[in-house]
This record gives sequence, C-alpha cells and structure tokens, in this order.
Amino acid sequence: MFWEILIQAGFWAAAVRIATTYLLGTLGELLCERVGVLNLGIEGIMTVGAMAGWMWAYHTGDLWSAVLFAFFIGCMAGLLHAILTVFLGLSQHVSGIGITLLLSSLSYYVFRMLLPSTTTPPKIIPFDEVEIPLLSDLPVIGEAFFNQSPMTYLAVGITLLFLYVLNRTPLGLALRLVGENPAAADSQGIPVYLVRTGAVMVGSGLMAIGGAFLTLSHFDAFYFGMINGRGWICVALVIFASWRPGKAFWGVILFAAIEAFQLRVKSITGGLPYQFYLMLPYIVSILALVFLAKNAAYPRSLLIPYRRGER
Amino acid sequence: MRLQARTTVLWQWLLFAPVAAVVSAFTLCALLIVWADASVWEAYALVIKGAVGSRFGITETLTRATPLIFTGLAAAAAFRAKLWNIGGEGQFYMGALVATVLGTGLLPLPAWLLIPLLLIAGAAAGGVTLLLPTLLKARYRVDEVVTTLLLNFIILLFVSYLLDGPIKDPMSLGWPQAKSVIDEGVIPPLIEKSRLHYGFIFALLASTGFWLLLYRMRLGYEIRAVGSNPIAARFAGIKVNRVLLKTALLSGGIAGIGGVCELAGLKGYLTLDISPGFGYSGIAVAMLALLHPLAVAPAAIFISAVFVGTDSMSRALNIPSYLADVLVASSILLVMVFVLFSRYRIVKG
Repeated sequence: MFWEILIQAGFWAAAVRIATTYLLGTLGELLCERVGVLNLGIEGIMTVGAMAGWMWAYHTGDLWSAVLFAFFIGCMAGLLHAILTVFLGLSQHVSGIGITLLLSSLSYYVFRMLLPSTTTPPKIIPFDEVEIPLLSDLPVIGEAFFNQSPMTYLAVGITLLFLYVLNRTPLGLALRLVGENPAAADSQGIPVYLVRTGAVMVGSGLMAIGGAFLTLSHFDAFYFGMINGRGWICVALVIFASWRPGKAFWGVILFAAIEAFQLRVKSITGGLPYQFYLMLPYIVSILALVFLAKNAAYPRSLLIPYRRGER
Repeated sequence: MRLQARTTVLWQWLLFAPVAAVVSAFTLCALLIVWADASVWEAYALVIKGAVGSRFGITETLTRATPLIFTGLAAAAAFRAKLWNIGGEGQFYMGALVATVLGTGLLPLPAWLLIPLLLIAGAAAGGVTLLLPTLLKARYRVDEVVTTLLLNFIILLFVSYLLDGPIKDPMSLGWPQAKSVIDEGVIPPLIEKSRLHYGFIFALLASTGFWLLLYRMRLGYEIRAVGSNPIAARFAGIKVNRVLLKTALLSGGIAGIGGVCELAGLKGYLTLDISPGFGYSGIAVAMLALLHPLAVAPAAIFISAVFVGTDSMSRALNIPSYLADVLVASSILLVMVFVLFSRYRIVKG
C-alpha cells in the first residue's frame, strides 16, 4: 500500500502543488536570512499576500496582475521590517512577531470591510493547470510534474534564478558578503543598508506570492486563518536547507510529499484520529531542526544589526 | 542621517515611550475608522465607554485582563533572559488541559486543597511544555522561536483530539467540550454579580512575586545577566544553560497557571476556543510593559480595555472588531521605536 501511493501520478501532482507555497515562502525567508535579517513576519506577510492577491483578482478578474499586486504588498511589508530592523536595528524577533500580528489582523479587517456580509466566502476562477508540450506526454512523470499551475512553474523558475544570482553573479557575492560580514562589505563600498533592505523587500514579496498561490491557484477563496502555520514551517525549512536554494528546493519537495502522503494514508486507513495526521508537518519540522540545527552554518551576521563604527 | 548612541539613557523617554506608542497607534488606526465611514471621536468615545464606562465594562475589562497578566508575565520572564518563548498560547492550553483532567472529578478533594493543587499542576504542565524547546536550544542549538511556535499548533491539535474523544463530556450533545470543573475546584468570584474571579488576585500576586524574584533574588539577577550578555554572564560564573532552563520553568509555569485560572475561574469547562490568542497578546503586554514585572498588570488591563471597548464599539458602529488586534499589534512595533530613541538620537551625516 505504501509503495502503491508513491508511484501514483496524482500523489506527486498533489505534492508539487502543496510544495509551491512552501517553496516561495522558503526562498523568500532564505533571501532575508542570507543578508542577516530573520523575518518572522512571514506568517502575516503570507496572510496579507493571500488576501490582497485574492481581493485584486475578485475585483479585476485578472490573475497575473493579482500576483504582481501581492508581490508589491509583500515588498511594502518587507520595507516596514527593514526600516525597523536594518535602519533602526531593533530586535528582529519582536519586529517580526509584531508584523505578523499586525498584517494578519489588518488582512482580516480589510477583508471584512470590503466584503461585510458574506457568510459563504465568494470564489474566483483560479489558475488552470498548463500542460508543458512534449514533457507532459511522458507516462506518470508528465502528469505529475508537467501539468501544474503556472505559478508553480514560476516558483521553479525563481529557484533557478536564485541559484544563478546567489552563486554566479556580483550581486550574489554582495548579498552573501553582507550576510556574513557587513563591516567587510561596507569597506568594499557595498551599501549594506540598501542591500539588506532590497533583499528583505524582495524576499517578503516572494512570501506574499506564496500566500497568494493558496487563494489564486490551490483554492479559490480566502479563509480566515488559512495560512495556519505554513510561514513558521518555512522558517524551519530554511534551516533544514542550510540556507541554500538548491537544498531548499529538495527539502520542500520532500516535506510536501510527506504532507501529501499523510492526506492519502488518512483516507485509506482512517485508523488514527485526524488530528494526528494534521500534526505530522509540525512534528517533522521540529525533528528536522533537532537533527540539523547543531551543525547548521548560520549566516554569520544573522540577528545582528549593523551600525557603522559600532562593534 | 544616522543613529548615534546617547551618552546616557533618557529615563523620561523610557516612561513616556508606551504612552507615545499607544497614542500613535490610536492615531494611525483612526484612518481605518474613517474608511469605515464612522466618526473617529464617536468610535473612540464608545471604546472608552465600553471598557470603563459602566460597572459591567470595568469588571469585564479586569476579567479579560487576568489571563493577559499571566501570559504577559510569561513573555516578560522569558524575554528578560532573551529566551524567545512564543509558545505562551500552547503553555496556556496545557495548564487548562491538566486542570481539566484533574479537576473534573478525578480528585475528590476539598476546595482548599484542590484549587492549589490544580494551580501547581497547571504550572508544572506549562513549565514542562517550555522546558522541551529550551532543552533543544541548550543541547542542540535549535531555535526556540520556531519550536515554540510549532508546538502551539501541535498542542491545539492534541487538545482538539482529546475533546473529540477521551475527555469529551458525554452530555455535551456532540459539541467538542470537556466536563465541567467540580464545585470544589472552581475559583470563587471576587465581586458578586460579575465574572471577575480570584484569579485576578492570583495574577497580581504573581506579578509581585516575579518582581521580588527578578530584583531581590539570585535567580533574578542571573536571568537579567544572561539576558543582557550571555557571554559575560558565563565568564562571571553563571551557568547560562541552567538559568535558561529555570527561566523556562518559570515562564511556562506562569502561562500554565493562566490557563488554570481561566478554566476554573471563568469558563468552567475546556473548549478549543478558551483562549482567543492570549498567548500572542501576552507578547504585546510584555512589550508595552517594557518587560518590567510591575508594569505588566497595568499594560494587560489597558490592552484588555482595548479589546473589551472595541468589541462593544464595533457592534454599535458596525466596524470589524479586528480593529482591536490592529491597535495592539501596531503598538508593539511603535513602542520599540520610541524606546530606541531613549538610547539613540538621530544625527546628520
């Protein structure tokens, strides 16, 4: 039974679909942390991305501009986090938690204001799956990996872009240097504050797209509490990936496969109460941290604000 | 423009910071009220009236402040040692859960014995809940922010499972709720014809106790030392990990007692919505109190007043009650900014 699930195309298609939100959120968090800024606003930024993207699509009917709008809102949230933690050097922990609380409650407030008296949430027409020519004709693999939402392909494209930019370009070198040793970067003429702010903004934008995937592609409506800890899991996945985009990609796929697997096993066996299956992603995240955190190579300046001339 | 450290900390600023933060938060949120086509003055007048304008409002504010004092103290205790305990919510539920298991008929004891026992058991449950992430932090360097956050979800699902089966009240007509706490276990009311109970007094005692511990006892000194500079603390001969574990027991324990008081003093029986995010609001309480034990209770009463007042205002003016959460969350961010300017100033160049 175990192996039967693993060779089903539908199982892997579901895993890849689940992986998309985690992939975008994990890459966004990874970018923030690579320049030395922990972004615990992720949970709230994903919520606001899910709400703003959906609301845009609901009013305009256009999906791609909704993705862009979610990205923009995420960037603004990132700017707020950057002002507080990069320019003012405040505690990244407290600022992130504060932003999560602020953006979640603000999202709900805005949603209620714009749609005051709806008991059943209104729906939009979400992204349709797009078949990639030739590749989607492959048996099993084609249906599993090459017949997905265009946002999933976007997420994979962003992963490749991350791999290229971080490892092969001067910009990537600047990003990594700022995260490892901001004083050295400063002495090389790299504008530390600007690099950090830019990275946190783009990273937060990606988190928001990750949230928007839920309302624009995976589901078709915005629900209260729909992010449900996915952001925190991304923070754990970044550590699991030891801050590398390539490892993040495979880590996310593995994690999403576990989540898709528990959904299927649950429908077959029905033995354990459903709550234990729902616990599984959180437990797996904690276990992954326990096994990996001790040897994790943190970006050296993570959590440490940079003030020129101060040690 | 850049920040320059002041030579001395401006204490006046420090006292002024929470007030300034709250005033700014209310000013910013006025925009949300204007958007809802309501009069800002009327809305805020109704908030104040709803929170403190009547005997009912005042007792309700204090009732709702009780769990916030506990979760606020829990956050302050941990943050003082730079132990980032975001798991107050889960520890609160663990306290309530243990009180449900022991207090619904398992232990047929007189009240003077049962109530203290429930409080101690709840403290133990909350403390152990935070001990696990702290052990992982001390031994394997696992970030406690992520583990305490994820534990909240695990605990809530676990309670949900128990409420569906093992501790479900068979008389509850299908609702996921547990049996009521027996009469001997109920924390008595403080004022007649109100929901305010002795848990509020326990919360004030806990605040005072925590102040004594922090400023008059050795452990408190060690907590402050570890929080301000763990490396220096280690060189001074303080066993940092041991202090962190003790802090975890203290912080989680206080949150657990909060859960017991809410259950045995107010709700009577356990449901999945016994806490509307008290653990998270506790962080706001602690920040507004600038992590000072004696400022936690006033901060909690204030935040509770915002929640109670906004509830009644939002019903009257048809404004979403999420406004209260926006107010509280924005004051967390703003208070940090204002506190910063007691230590730094902006200079040109």
